[in-house]
Amino acid sequence: MPRAASAYRKLFQAGFRSQSTYKLAMLAGLSTNTIFGFIRYSILTAAQATATGAFAGYTQGSISAYVWISQGLLGSVPMHANGAEISDRIRSGDVAIDIARPLDLQGATVVTDLGKSAYAFLPRGLPSVLIGALVVGLAMPTSPLGYALGLVSVALGIGTACALRFAVCLLGFWLIETRGFRNLYMVLATFLAGLYLPVPLFPDWLQTIANATPFPTMLQTPIDVISGRTADGAAVSAIAVQACWLLFCVALGRFMLVRGRRRLEVQGG
Amino acid sequence: MTAIIDVRELSRHFTVRRKEPGRLVRRRSEVVAVDAMTFSVQPGESVGYIGANGAGKSTTIKMLTGILVPTSGHVRTCGMEPLKQRKRLARRVGVVFGQRTQLWWDLPVSESFQILAAIHRLETPAATRRIDELVDKLEMGSYLDSPVRQLSLGQRMRAEIAASLLHSPDLLILDEPTIGLDVLSKQRLREFLRAERREKGITLLLTTHDVGDVERLCDRVLLVDHGKLAFDGTLTGLAATVGARRELVLDLAEPSADLTAIPGSTHLGSEGDGMRQRLSFDAAQTTVVALLGEVSRHAEVLDVTVAEPDIEDVLSRIYAATR
Amino acid sequence: MASAVQAFAPYRVILASRLRAQAAYRGSFVADLFGSLCVAATEFAELWALFHNIDSLGGLDWHAMLMVFGIGEFAFSVADLLVGHLDTIPTYIRAGTLEAFYLRPLSLLGQLITSEIGLRRLTRMGVAVAAATYGFAANDIDWGPDVVAMLLLTLVMGVALFSGVFVWAAGAQFFLVNGSEFTNAITYGGSYASKQPSSIFPNPLRVFFTFVVPVAFVAYLPTLWILGLPGPEFLPSWLAWFSPVAVAVVWSVAWLLWRVGTRHYQGGGG
Repeated sequence: MPRAASAYRKLFQAGFRSQSTYKLAMLAGLSTNTIFGFIRYSILTAAQATATGAFAGYTQGSISAYVWISQGLLGSVPMHANGAEISDRIRSGDVAIDIARPLDLQGATVVTDLGKSAYAFLPRGLPSVLIGALVVGLAMPTSPLGYALGLVSVALGIGTACALRFAVCLLGFWLIETRGFRNLYMVLATFLAGLYLPVPLFPDWLQTIANATPFPTMLQTPIDVISGRTADGAAVSAIAVQACWLLFCVALGRFMLVRGRRRLEVQGG
Repeated sequence: MTAIIDVRELSRHFTVRRKEPGRLVRRRSEVVAVDAMTFSVQPGESVGYIGANGAGKSTTIKMLTGILVPTSGHVRTCGMEPLKQRKRLARRVGVVFGQRTQLWWDLPVSESFQILAAIHRLETPAATRRIDELVDKLEMGSYLDSPVRQLSLGQRMRAEIAASLLHSPDLLILDEPTIGLDVLSKQRLREFLRAERREKGITLLLTTHDVGDVERLCDRVLLVDHGKLAFDGTLTGLAATVGARRELVLDLAEPSADLTAIPGSTHLGSEGDGMRQRLSFDAAQTTVVALLGEVSRHAEVLDVTVAEPDIEDVLSRIYAATR
Repeated sequence: MASAVQAFAPYRVILASRLRAQAAYRGSFVADLFGSLCVAATEFAELWALFHNIDSLGGLDWHAMLMVFGIGEFAFSVADLLVGHLDTIPTYIRAGTLEAFYLRPLSLLGQLITSEIGLRRLTRMGVAVAAATYGFAANDIDWGPDVVAMLLLTLVMGVALFSGVFVWAAGAQFFLVNGSEFTNAITYGGSYASKQPSSIFPNPLRVFFTFVVPVAFVAYLPTLWILGLPGPEFLPSWLAWFSPVAVAVVWSVAWLLWRVGTRHYQGGGG
């Protein structure tokens, strides 16, 4: 459907452009990324140097890459369900208008969020990695294939995060106060995605739990692929796993939307 | 007698940075919000402070209360320099903002009063008496326990005024206090303020767009136009200065033709087959006597009434002229 | 003494009313408490998971790190509870609340501080105390009067230091647009750094967190001294006794920025 495709393209661009008014906030985010980046670089490189075991195969270069790429991706991968417009619209009931529109609510919301995420790369994402690379150095892949796969992986990671965020926001159809859930989501997501510590460094049982969730595919996988830690064949299968989780999250969101719609109709909108 | 407000050559400039299309750097321009104002208010007066939006009224009030620093000039409120003696001054002045609240949004009105009493360090028995007195006079008893956010505008304004008077200030400054209120609420508020003046001798400085406020509450009017003090006097004086037209109502001895040819006047209308006619004239250009002289050449005048200019009209003209 | 208590009476009344008001919002308060607990638990989990891969970080073993983590987290969460809301000044400015503060016979900063109290930080504090207690217990500490004195000094100075950082952040809001996002880098970055051994920092970072935002004095140096460990290059452990100096510097800068900021606001910069 060419019409729907162009509508989605426009939504993506609108989401992208909407972030241009937040230049200062992006700069602020970059400064936070930088300070936290330096602190985490210090912690993890010190840990890598004195590690008792293999440290999941991380070298100083690759752990540095992990730190800086994770900081860079923070601006683009939404690991929380706060401040979403759709939550407000559900609470106020305006969402009924959105559902009545011909364009699919899930598609529209997720695509707009993707546009917003894409914007953050230039003022926040890339500079974070650059600062790390220039000041302390990090290990990156040398082959263009590595970067191509990396980009695909990043896109899938962001897509999964946006899709799951949509689903979490839809909880508002059933719960009046979603604050507790949203807090829990943010905390769990950031931890299990490998923001605080790379997932491969988790104790085995915790790794199993993490890998049973889509969170690692949002952050850990893209970082591994783009930094070259997971390369070639392993990268391709990691991307396949990401794709599966993306489908799952989209399906979850779809399911919740359908049920939410039904609930709205029952309640009389 | 020392003035309670003393303002001399008071000025306030703002630097505004505006982004203009085509220019890379923002253009800086100076906006003069208040321009060399000079006036003084004696204790016990009631002054209306009027002017179009953006004319500089709020800025002046902020300088009087120590919120803003003057760019130049001299300002003393209750004999104190607002900037340097802000806290001492706060004990002697009460301020009411029509569009913002000084109460605690999520607390019951009574609790806001208790907190304010503690802030002003009022002794408990005196504080209770004062609160009771204000609650009684402003008829707030029915909603004392409601949170401020649940009050109607009228209820909230009464609470704000009570809050501003809790510490029995010498000067009460009100910024658009009756905005959005219905006619009855406005009347009651004005009556309360007049009574306070009578009984306590409190000085009032009132910013308003409401003509009724000015007519019923103020003996004196300060007109601000683009930051400058354009007029300082009574309301009738203002009307005369602006050249508002007055109205002559003539009762004639017998039905006559419309008096449309009286020089210096405009015929407004006739009733009773021309027995009662209304003429409008500019008091600066002709006099009642002159007009009567002219009229009596056409008809015999039994009775004459002169109507004051409509203040509404006066103010609209002023605002129209300043746009 | 009585008059000092009297002098603060209005502030106590305001704060008391805030506590009462928060008690009314039971549901979301519990959700916030839970949220804080989750955040604190996650930070602890990070440390714990890290130590699954290592035996020591920057010369400190697991139990020593628990002390650093606990003390640092305690100091920050108490300061956050008391004055963490100061960086929301722009909200007060927009709502006109700041002007209402000017019209009262009380200090501006005092009113701002007492305008809110972050009780939801209590769970974070709880996690901090638990971690620190475990760390202290697990180390064989000789509880002489000097150690007790150091601990008390550390806790008080830690809270004072972070409170000063929050006041600094408040003053900065007068000059920055979206200011709180910038100051967060220092506030939360400083908190994060305080829970790490300064020995792991490259020199520029170490200098920054010792002399610019002196959070090394909050938990790391005191822990070194209490455990009798030597400090890294240029940071002997006895420096821990000089934390009041660090606090004084932080507060001087914060106070200065506050004064300049309020002058700027009254100059119509708001």
